[in-house]
Amino acid sequence: MTRNYSNWPIILVLLLISAPIIVMYAFLLVDTVTTSPPGSAIPNGFTLSHWRFLIDPTATGDVWGPTLTTILFTASIVLIVLGVSSTAGYALSRLNMPFRRFFLGGILVMHAFPLVTLIIGVFLVLQFVGLYNTLTGVVLVKAGLMLPFGIWIMKGFYDTVPWEIEMAGVQDGASRFTVWRRLILPQVRPGLFALALFAAIDAWGEYMLPRILAPSADFEVLSIYLNTVSDPDSTTYNFNLFKSVGLFYTLPILALYAIFRDRLMNIFGGGTKG
Amino acid sequence: MQIVLKDFTKTFDGNTVIDRMNLTVEDGEMLALLGPSGCGKSTTLFAVCGIHRVNGGQILFGDRDVSNLPSQQRNVGVVFQNYALYPHMSVFENIAFPLTVRKDSKADVDRAVRDIAELTHISELLERRPGQLSGGQQQRVALARALVRKPDVLLLDEPLANLDAKLRLEMRSEIRRIQLETGITAILVTHDQVEAMSMCERIAIMKGGKIIQIDTPKDMYSNPRTSFVAGFLGNPPISFLKGRAEAGGFVLDDGSLRLPLPVASQIPDGTDLTVGIRPEHFGRAGDVPISGKVIFAETQGRENLYDVALPDGSVLRSVQPAQDDVRAGDSVSWKLESAAALVFAEDGRRL
Repeated sequence: MTRNYSNWPIILVLLLISAPIIVMYAFLLVDTVTTSPPGSAIPNGFTLSHWRFLIDPTATGDVWGPTLTTILFTASIVLIVLGVSSTAGYALSRLNMPFRRFFLGGILVMHAFPLVTLIIGVFLVLQFVGLYNTLTGVVLVKAGLMLPFGIWIMKGFYDTVPWEIEMAGVQDGASRFTVWRRLILPQVRPGLFALALFAAIDAWGEYMLPRILAPSADFEVLSIYLNTVSDPDSTTYNFNLFKSVGLFYTLPILALYAIFRDRLMNIFGGGTKG
Repeated sequence: MQIVLKDFTKTFDGNTVIDRMNLTVEDGEMLALLGPSGCGKSTTLFAVCGIHRVNGGQILFGDRDVSNLPSQQRNVGVVFQNYALYPHMSVFENIAFPLTVRKDSKADVDRAVRDIAELTHISELLERRPGQLSGGQQQRVALARALVRKPDVLLLDEPLANLDAKLRLEMRSEIRRIQLETGITAILVTHDQVEAMSMCERIAIMKGGKIIQIDTPKDMYSNPRTSFVAGFLGNPPISFLKGRAEAGGFVLDDGSLRLPLPVASQIPDGTDLTVGIRPEHFGRAGDVPISGKVIFAETQGRENLYDVALPDGSVLRSVQPAQDDVRAGDSVSWKLESAAALVFAEDGRRL
């Protein structure tokens, strides 16, 4: 492709602005496989010993338990968010149901509240229904807090599907449910995909909710695990080890971003094919 | 299958859009619902296929009352203006969809789809996606999908509006051919009088939620019941002169023109009248000479079209075989066939 302007000035400016982040990521990467003398940032030797936590539970405690928990945590949240958003978004976009405007308004209002303002109420509810200090409770709260965003996004995608397709499906003898599943859902797939990614990334990084709503539970997600590793008073404290665990924790997200970057951007396009 | 609308009434949010409309479409007939936008023709169509619920009256397919049946049980094929093809399915899957919903066996579906594809001339396109088809091809797919499960009724909602002029001509005859070959009862909704006249056995012309006249295209053209019908049909359109009745004839308001009119003998002198004159009845032949000034001339290749302003300001249109002797600005003295003039009362009724 030829352009009638050159790209390099823009790229240079962007590079300069993001330089601190790039440098930090570079050091994060380098430090996990090298040793450096005390007081110096320049590495002087190669080692894989910082990664020994992967196979040696004595280094920082077992890492695979929290990893599995995090995967389960993330997967459940993604499933709930997708399931509810894809159906609720359809209802809000298409069905002439009572209190539709109220629901739409409610979703926006919910979206506007920061998590911390809700946390006491959420805590009380969890306590009341007996889900405090359980993984289920945290999953439900996290998924619930993501739903306003998810429903709103999916409604936007459904809005772009022409009415005639739905009418044509009904004329062809299909029930409303069949129409939704076989004709409408395939057309909002980019939205579903982007939403799934978004939910996964968000859930993977969640720290506050497990911390506050399940402080003494017998499960640990990676963010909490990372926090324990970073405790300077711990006997196994090692800053490079901490960085390795951090990188281990971040890698899946970086990979998701790198692979699905284009699809993730879909969410901002409101579903129009670009 | 005969379609009967009995006292069909439709209201939206308390506004009565269509009030007790009666219409019968004979078995195997193709009928056009013709009218300007907002006249209720699409509303009628959507009521027949079940997308709109009926607020009053009945819709009958043959002897079956379908007024309160959901769309799925009416067995109606619909072609939408934008075709509404399913973009994520191949042409084959699109056409097969109504059958797979019905859970027909794979072999039956395959045979039915290939048969209908042959009828609509899209056999070689079955593997493609709708996005890879031209407008005319998409139209054929939409028709095939509407017809594949052998519906009792075929409904076409402005099927040609999204096509370019040349394709429109082609699809016009194609739709008609397919309708005749299948012998299906069809209703065509259109605002284009040429489509309605060329494709349908009968035209129902609508205005403000009412059917003004139902007739064959020829009768409707030569024998319109109101000035609205006369003005809606015909291209170039009819021109109207306003005046009054006087001594068994028609006189322009300023008295500059007199037309002998047979019907005017029963009309009291001084009654306000409107006379409609089709462009083919004003030109070099006729019995009443009229002079005026050409204010607009347009050549269409085979024919020329002129607008002639009379001394009192009213305008008469004329269509004549192409020739090169008259230009805009010339004064002409042409003739009018008074026997072909259509006379309307002040309220638009034909006299």
